[in-house]
Amino acid sequence: MDWLMEWGVTWAVFLPIVGAAILVLLPRSSEMGIKVVSLVFTGAPLLLGIMLLGPYRASGGIQFEKNIPWIPSINANYHIGVDGISMPLLLLTFLVTFLCMIYALWHLPEPHNPKVFLALCLLLETGMAGTFVALDLVLFFIFWELVLVPMYFLIGLWGGPKREYAAIKFFLYTLFGSVFMLLGFLALYFQSEPNTFDMIQLQSGGVLDISRGLANLIFFGLFLGFAIKVPMWPFHTWLPDAHTEAPTIGSVLLAAILLKMGTYGFLRISIPILPDAAMTFAPLIGALAVIAIIYGALNCLAQVDLKRMIAFSSVGHMGFVMLGIATMTDIGFNAAIYGMISHGVITGMLFFLAGSIHERYHTRDIPELGGMIHQLPMLGGLLAYSAIASLGLPGLAGFWGEVMALLAAYSPIEGLNTGTFRVFMVAGGVGTILTAGYFLWMLQRVNLGTVPAKWEGKVFEDVHPLEMASWAPLLVLILLLGVMPSIVFGVTNDSVLRLIEAIGR
Amino acid sequence: MTLVQGAREFVAPGVDLVALAPELILVAVISGVLLIDLMLPQDKKGLMMPVSALGLLAALGATLFLVGDVRITLSGMFVVDSFAVLFKVIFLLAALLTLALSHDYLKDDEIHHGEYYFLLLCSLLGMMTIASSRDLVAIFVSLELISLPSFVLVGLRKRDLKSNEAALKFFLFGVLSTAIMLFGMSLVYGVTGQTSLVGIASSLTQFPPLREVAILSILFILVGFGFKISAFPFQWWVPDTYEGAPVPIAAFLSVASKTAGFVGLLQILFIGFLGLADIWRPFLAAVAVLTMTFGNLVAIQQKHIIRLLAYSSIGQAGYILIPLAVVGVGTPELNAIAFQASIVYLLIYAFMETGAFACAIAYGRRGGGYFVSDYAGLSARSPGLAIAMTMFLFSLAGIPPLAGWAAKFFVFRALIDGGAYWLAAIMAINTVIALFYYAAVPRQMVFAAPTETRRIEIPWMLSSAIALSAIVVVLIGILPDIFGALARAAAGG
Repeated sequence: MDWLMEWGVTWAVFLPIVGAAILVLLPRSSEMGIKVVSLVFTGAPLLLGIMLLGPYRASGGIQFEKNIPWIPSINANYHIGVDGISMPLLLLTFLVTFLCMIYALWHLPEPHNPKVFLALCLLLETGMAGTFVALDLVLFFIFWELVLVPMYFLIGLWGGPKREYAAIKFFLYTLFGSVFMLLGFLALYFQSEPNTFDMIQLQSGGVLDISRGLANLIFFGLFLGFAIKVPMWPFHTWLPDAHTEAPTIGSVLLAAILLKMGTYGFLRISIPILPDAAMTFAPLIGALAVIAIIYGALNCLAQVDLKRMIAFSSVGHMGFVMLGIATMTDIGFNAAIYGMISHGVITGMLFFLAGSIHERYHTRDIPELGGMIHQLPMLGGLLAYSAIASLGLPGLAGFWGEVMALLAAYSPIEGLNTGTFRVFMVAGGVGTILTAGYFLWMLQRVNLGTVPAKWEGKVFEDVHPLEMASWAPLLVLILLLGVMPSIVFGVTNDSVLRLIEAIGR
Repeated sequence: MTLVQGAREFVAPGVDLVALAPELILVAVISGVLLIDLMLPQDKKGLMMPVSALGLLAALGATLFLVGDVRITLSGMFVVDSFAVLFKVIFLLAALLTLALSHDYLKDDEIHHGEYYFLLLCSLLGMMTIASSRDLVAIFVSLELISLPSFVLVGLRKRDLKSNEAALKFFLFGVLSTAIMLFGMSLVYGVTGQTSLVGIASSLTQFPPLREVAILSILFILVGFGFKISAFPFQWWVPDTYEGAPVPIAAFLSVASKTAGFVGLLQILFIGFLGLADIWRPFLAAVAVLTMTFGNLVAIQQKHIIRLLAYSSIGQAGYILIPLAVVGVGTPELNAIAFQASIVYLLIYAFMETGAFACAIAYGRRGGGYFVSDYAGLSARSPGLAIAMTMFLFSLAGIPPLAGWAAKFFVFRALIDGGAYWLAAIMAINTVIALFYYAAVPRQMVFAAPTETRRIEIPWMLSSAIALSAIVVVLIGILPDIFGALARAAAGG
């Protein structure tokens, strides 16, 4: 057990990259072997993650810590650890990637080539998981950047018609944000005494002593990096293209996990290390979040492409997460983490469904579809279930994150203007109505009505067992999280309270 | 009293042969190569390659023997310390890699082997001595020794008009800038009465010169180095020269020769002119910003891989130069951090740039062509070569976990420590711009459909050069402190 406590997280993070190396060595022709390897090397981290839940203590703060010197000359360490903020996201990463590998058994987009595709996915997993466990800013930066190249190739090689444009746009946007984030990290390093990149040390009082102006400047640098990743309005324009063009698995990973790296950055780095600057920026963040909610919803109403619609719905949902963060309260932070998990589960599922619909109809245009529930009762039912979860129906996963974010906006932390945030709350509330509107309208056009003449008499294969296998955990989670939100809150709340306490100090 | 009586008796300076051993070995090899060319019949001239390579290895051994030593000889003109040893090793490695790049290239081109190896080694000798030169005259002579053979090397493809143009351009720019630099040096000598860098430094602190004279002399000296390191606005020769020159020579110019320029510049600025940092700092900041911005913006439009690499190397020169913009604003510790940043960047740059050139040669010589569009679908034809090229380019772009990120990290670190937030922001934006053209090549290789299906056969020497560079790029990317420690040792010297 000692081994697990000490090295479990490290193994879980790096096993996928080992798997990727093995895949490179395997011959291209042994497709089954390639898929088995990728299953094993994503399944093992998931298993390790679940095993870690055993010794995990919700009240224990940072656990499974490992801190060894890495680049002594700049005092950067291999410092990792998990707490209530990162644990759910880490597990989500392992789960979703594993499910993607199952889905890959059923279907891989053209130009096929499972060896490279799966190796890139594995590389991506190490980057994502590493981001959630890193407690050193340089290490965090490395993992953060590690996801860029695999995602660039996933979109660019296996994507839709405008894939190259979408891929380079994604790459350039994110890199733009991350270089400024890196400058912010370096500024933190030189402003701290003793100079350190350690997130935990930087949070503790007295290490970082800086003027208000500089704190705001650094916060802005980090903000650029994180806000582009989330993405917050007006930095979101890479997202619809990337999501729409990416292959199904790419979209799922992008929506379910990659976006959370941005919001996680706010919770793990910006706010705890620079709480005063965060207070200054909170109204701006709240305003941008609300704009994203309304703007995302309005865009969804106008979308024709199903996948693009789901992409814009992500903009709105991440807006709720950011609204929760902007309130700087425990309810808001809990709502944000909950929102990240539920968005990961639900939107990941929706992208799976969009991919599977495209596989059957070879189109995703909402006006061209219709009456799917008659032809594909199972797939149509799942789409309805996920869409309704996404619009925030009580009893399903989407509900708690949104309602609690709005609740938190009603009474933000002392020092923030209550009136402003109540306006945000009302606007966010309007957003939920619009969200319900576009999802229901989409369901009406896709699922209901009569089957268009074009599809009349066509026989489609309903949900394949492999599809079901990859979706079932998500479907269960959508319901489970909806009826028992304590699964997440139980893990997060204690760490959130610590965070609030640290900010107050 | 006659003039003769007044003059001091001339004492020949002591010569430390151990300190000079690497250079002496090199001189022997150069003579050997020349003799082989003269005496042996045409079919035996293949010997020159192994002789040169063995000679370089021997010089490398002699250099490594000096690790940790500090030796001062030739009246203080020639100093062996960790800084000198580090760069001598880099120059020798770069020369070895250039040999590996050249072997296959020379076989099918009408280039005279004897001249080629002779000139290459002569240029290398200049680099070896510049790393140890702590005297204006020695630095000048070394620079000339580097430049003159390269003028000829660039023009070795005699029947190619582009090569002729390249050599002429290179020569005219080189001679003009050297003349200006020499004038600057003479001004310094006039003011201080010294040619040794240490002497200049102490004289400058004791008798501060007129500001105007100091500015003029520093500016003139910077012109000479600006040409060598291809800094704006002295970079105009670079793209044409790289394109026209034999490609291994272009690699040699962009790696070894440029590094040598930086080595000379760093020594002059940090040993001789540290006291005048207030004067040269703003110039260097402006030059660095213009260099990187110009290089990166123009690189975007390039269709020819060598020209793309040429402009990229201009952009990279800006990154190497920019840490000097914080020298003298803070503590000596900050100066050391800036110095280390430039050195780490140079070390990492040497490997990623050589790797990229090696890949370009491997593909270009085997019928692939030198245009970016020729790289279409390479990943399907030769996945290994495509992966290697992608790695080197993404490393140049600074994407972790490849070594380039560490290079940029050390530079950003110096800038932020020196409070140069604006410069850091400009460099950050440049990094993003640069990704656009670096990614353009992998985009062709991976996303575009191949026009041919033939696999690319790469000769073993070339592929081992690529492999070595790739290993360094990955290893240093994960453990950057290996180079960090070397740079720290060099800064201590």
